[in-house]
Amino acid sequence: MNWLDTIVQGVLLGGLYALFAAGLSLVFGIMRLVNLAHGDLIVLAAFLVLLLVTTLGLSPFVAAVIAMPVMFALGWVLQFGLLNRTLGNDILPPLLVTFGLSIVIQNALLEGFSADSRRISAGGLETASLQLGPISVGTMPLLTFLSAVAVIVGLNLLFYRTALGRAFRATSDDRETAGLMGIQPNRVFATATGLAMVVVTIAALYLGMRANFDPTMGPARLIYAFEAVIIGGLGSFWGTLAGGVIIGVAQTVGASINPEWQILAGHIAFLLVLLIWPRGLFPRAVD
Amino acid sequence: MALLETRKLTAFYRDFQALFGVDIRLEEGETLAIIGANGAGKTTLLRSLSGLITNQPGHILLDGRPIGAMPAPDVVAQGIAMVPEGRKLFPSLTVEENLQIGAYGRSGSGTWTLGTVYDLFPVLKERRNSPGTALSGGQQQMVAIGRALMSNPRVLLCDEISLGLAPVVIKDIYAAFPRIREAGASIIIVEQDIGQALKVADRVYCMMEGRITLSGMPGAISRDDIHAAYFGAHAR
Repeated sequence: MNWLDTIVQGVLLGGLYALFAAGLSLVFGIMRLVNLAHGDLIVLAAFLVLLLVTTLGLSPFVAAVIAMPVMFALGWVLQFGLLNRTLGNDILPPLLVTFGLSIVIQNALLEGFSADSRRISAGGLETASLQLGPISVGTMPLLTFLSAVAVIVGLNLLFYRTALGRAFRATSDDRETAGLMGIQPNRVFATATGLAMVVVTIAALYLGMRANFDPTMGPARLIYAFEAVIIGGLGSFWGTLAGGVIIGVAQTVGASINPEWQILAGHIAFLLVLLIWPRGLFPRAVD
Repeated sequence: MALLETRKLTAFYRDFQALFGVDIRLEEGETLAIIGANGAGKTTLLRSLSGLITNQPGHILLDGRPIGAMPAPDVVAQGIAMVPEGRKLFPSLTVEENLQIGAYGRSGSGTWTLGTVYDLFPVLKERRNSPGTALSGGQQQMVAIGRALMSNPRVLLCDEISLGLAPVVIKDIYAAFPRIREAGASIIIVEQDIGQALKVADRVYCMMEGRITLSGMPGAISRDDIHAAYFGAHAR
């Protein structure tokens, strides 16, 4: 086994998991909402990109740029019209509603696109690679990882350097007092979920180009996203990236020992991290 | 026409009635003090004025227009800002960010900017990058007042700003009020510290059990009147 190669591939795979997780981390960090439909929304976005690619003959990247505002609007309406009503002191309503939403999305996609597994064609980019010293790196995994870093940097800048980011943090701290500042918490939450759906679209783009997807695979993506968020510490974007990388490396190392151990190794790494740091690596949230 | 007035204002917490037909008037440029014992309804009155409790529309009038049913973010946009009891700084935000967030619902331009707030409370400029909650109680109160001023309000509501602070610190904070008045804000102060309230106010309302029991100029009402209005006529 080439250790360096294995670890590099794992880090790059971690970029994909971080992309899955970043939107979840954003929404949880601001409104303590655990969105069980997050994985299904990624799959939904992947089908939207696929639809644009096949009907309009666009490049997947252009299709994703077109899908972003559509997904933003969907997220905004979803939060404003539905999820805001579930927020409160009780954590059960948002879990039940997003669990139901997950089933609705899966079945709607099954109706619309059938159970066939699909793939977004990137025109040869999937198999391209770069030679970096002793190791060969796939162009697509590298692009995925760089996109993940860009998303994390972007979210951090937004969160800590802009007026909207201040409103996010203030509303997260104290909704009532945020209202006294002229902030409309329901609109701030809707904007946050809209942004999360933009990140979801980026995740969907790479998911769809990298591997086959079908309407029922959302929950399996959700668990990696959850693990990445929790390993990183709730509310920390860099933590989410680190969490994704840890799961990615654990999976490739596990797979290089025995291909059957790939998924198991990721989950074991998650449990080990939680045993040692129960609140994750970089917890920001107080509660 | 008064700048802000309440007409027969009633307020409820579920089945519990906290205000029973409160009438107050705030004229342009005036400073009002509202005093009373714990549970008299002072904070409920301020929460109603700021939109944290919504009421019948016509119970609260700003420039004669009904605003009683407006939620807090809309009330801020109308030019009413509140310094809430307990300061309520945002722990995730620095001192400067706490001030900046106060301008989020800014209704118009005016005197108050980061620069003029730092002139008013110079110590905040030194601590601008600290988390708001790392400051002393008095400094936190300055942030809370500055944060409310950042919206350039026409009416500033101050709820128990001396609560839990040392007398010397309270004096420092009240020393800022003449400049806040000069800048054009009309002020309503809710205080349990009667001496302090009488010193800064043009007029005083005393509340008991959800009703106004006494009103007048600080110089024109005696301590006995206040005592009676505070505790009830037979409590001496």
